[in-house]
Amino acid sequence: MQVQVKLFAFFREGRFIREDKELPTGTTAGQVVDDLNIDREEVGVLMINSRHCTFETVLQEGDIYAIFPVIGGG
Amino acid sequence: MADKIYRVNMTDLSTSIEDVPADWAGHGGRGLTSNIVAAEVPPSCHPLGSKNKLIFAPGLLSGTAASNSGRISAGAKSPLTGTIKESNSGGSSAQKLAKIGCKALIIEGQPQDDCWYSLTLKPGEVTISKEDDLVGKGNFAVVESVEKRFSDKIGIISIGQAGEMLMTGANISIKDPDSHLRSLGRGGLGAVMGSKKIKFIALDAGDAKVAIADVDAFRAANKVFSKALVSHPVSQALATYGTNVLVNIINESGGFPTKNFSTGQFEGHEQISGETMHDRIVERGGKPKHGCHSGCVIQCSQIYNDLKGKYKTSGFEYESIWAMGAGCTIDDLDQLAEMDHIMDDIGIDTIETAVAFGVAMQAGVLEFADADEMIRILKEEIALGTALGRIIGNGAGSVGRTYGMTQVPVVKNQAIPAYDPRAIKGIGITYATSTQGADHTMGYTIATEILGAGGTADPLAKEGQVELSRNLQIATAAIDSTGMCLFIAFAVLDDSTCLPALIDMINARFGINLTADDVTNLGMSILKTEHAFNLAAGFTNLDDRLPEFFATNPVPPHNAVWDFTGDEIDAFWNF
Repeated sequence: MQVQVKLFAFFREGRFIREDKELPTGTTAGQVVDDLNIDREEVGVLMINSRHCTFETVLQEGDIYAIFPVIGGG
Repeated sequence: MADKIYRVNMTDLSTSIEDVPADWAGHGGRGLTSNIVAAEVPPSCHPLGSKNKLIFAPGLLSGTAASNSGRISAGAKSPLTGTIKESNSGGSSAQKLAKIGCKALIIEGQPQDDCWYSLTLKPGEVTISKEDDLVGKGNFAVVESVEKRFSDKIGIISIGQAGEMLMTGANISIKDPDSHLRSLGRGGLGAVMGSKKIKFIALDAGDAKVAIADVDAFRAANKVFSKALVSHPVSQALATYGTNVLVNIINESGGFPTKNFSTGQFEGHEQISGETMHDRIVERGGKPKHGCHSGCVIQCSQIYNDLKGKYKTSGFEYESIWAMGAGCTIDDLDQLAEMDHIMDDIGIDTIETAVAFGVAMQAGVLEFADADEMIRILKEEIALGTALGRIIGNGAGSVGRTYGMTQVPVVKNQAIPAYDPRAIKGIGITYATSTQGADHTMGYTIATEILGAGGTADPLAKEGQVELSRNLQIATAAIDSTGMCLFIAFAVLDDSTCLPALIDMINARFGINLTADDVTNLGMSILKTEHAFNLAAGFTNLDDRLPEFFATNPVPPHNAVWDFTGDEIDAFWNF
């Protein structure tokens, strides 16, 4: 299945900003994080299609998946 | 020397230095300004008349070595909202006031002639002088000139042309350690200073220092506190990308108000994001990290240079970039930086003014995305006080009323900031119930709803949002009294050593024994004092509501509407 993965802030360093990935059915959000060699401890927020999700959420065909480090401001 | 109340009466041009009344002794910052306004300002007074008072107060820890303790509070009855108002800012003035021994500066009355004045504070001394040269000048010229008269070490509080012309979007500028500007941004307090005919206040602390009751205990607590701040990942991201790191995540959430709150995502978000800004700053030899006051260990400010590598702006914040950028659909950071600089110079709130421009664009006064015309209006209309300049300079509500618009994002006439309350509902409760009109900093539910700090809450659901906003508004009122930057809140929420260390520092500074419960009670009592002032000024629960269009116009991509009932909102005050 096709999923668009988007990275933000320092997660982009040495990786990418946005990439369309071909993933096996049943891939979880956490598996994508692990495959990108991102430490789960550094992850602040995950969103699929503009909704928060967890490492356990299973991705679906056509999802837009965003991975953010711990950030804040305001 | 014990801290004193410095009082200036602009009606008869008299001054006095008074002992601190017992009721105010335990207060600082917002707690002090709000208590003084509540005690001395008639709630029904005209905000620009002689009965209103303008109060400046450093926080309880300002002027000490405590990290991030350089916030100054200003309070008055707001000419924008008609409510009580406290606005706070970084820069050097909180530290200067505290070192001078000024617990609060109260400016009252109003000159009976057309003259302008300046104030000078030194330890044990406050003087009023006539001012001619700087009238009509912008804030940068004021800073340059006043530093020449005194020295570059002094603190400066000033207003630009917008404050002189009593525009309700006018802010008050605070000089930072590099002679650039921070702002007491919201609520039109620059107009209150203008109504007192004070162009600037010079703060000359000399070598004076703040007394600490227990130096060893203070140092030990500050070490723990600083470590909690420095080691928190949010602090590290803020130093790299500034507050503008939020553009991409709020856009991704679908709560990024775009085109005057017509949709929740902006096509040009990447071009104005913190990531893009960081790379551009580095390319042009600017500084991605910069402290707005000495002793800041987070350093979320920055130096943003223009194409030629020359200084353009600093304190280039998410809220300003959102309001000018997504709100007006402008995706060019350089144009946003130019506008940020002009608004600092004129002395006008970037949030209020840019939201006002968004409403004006929807009304057809100018086209969306027309940055050149925005810049022209700022320079040739607002700075010069033409009729159009005053309509926009008086804020989003003013533009909406003038042009008969219904999509006017204000609460209590103050522009709603950078989070759409339909798609991020907890912040809508803060906008509705804040004692000071729409203001995200009063109870920053975004931390929990979007950023995952202090737990989680579904931004599209109503459950738990009233309680979340209430708890954060209480905690914020207390933090705003300490002189601490609100960005300590991320460490306070996530690191159990942070809040006890902060309380230990307050105890060591004054030789007292506050507990965590005392701090919570302080927050509650400040909110109740502010709320009581507003009720006496004629506000009711029906003013704690969002504009109608949020309930009737769904916002993409979630197509969410604002769906809290009045009773649900009113439950906020059940404490």
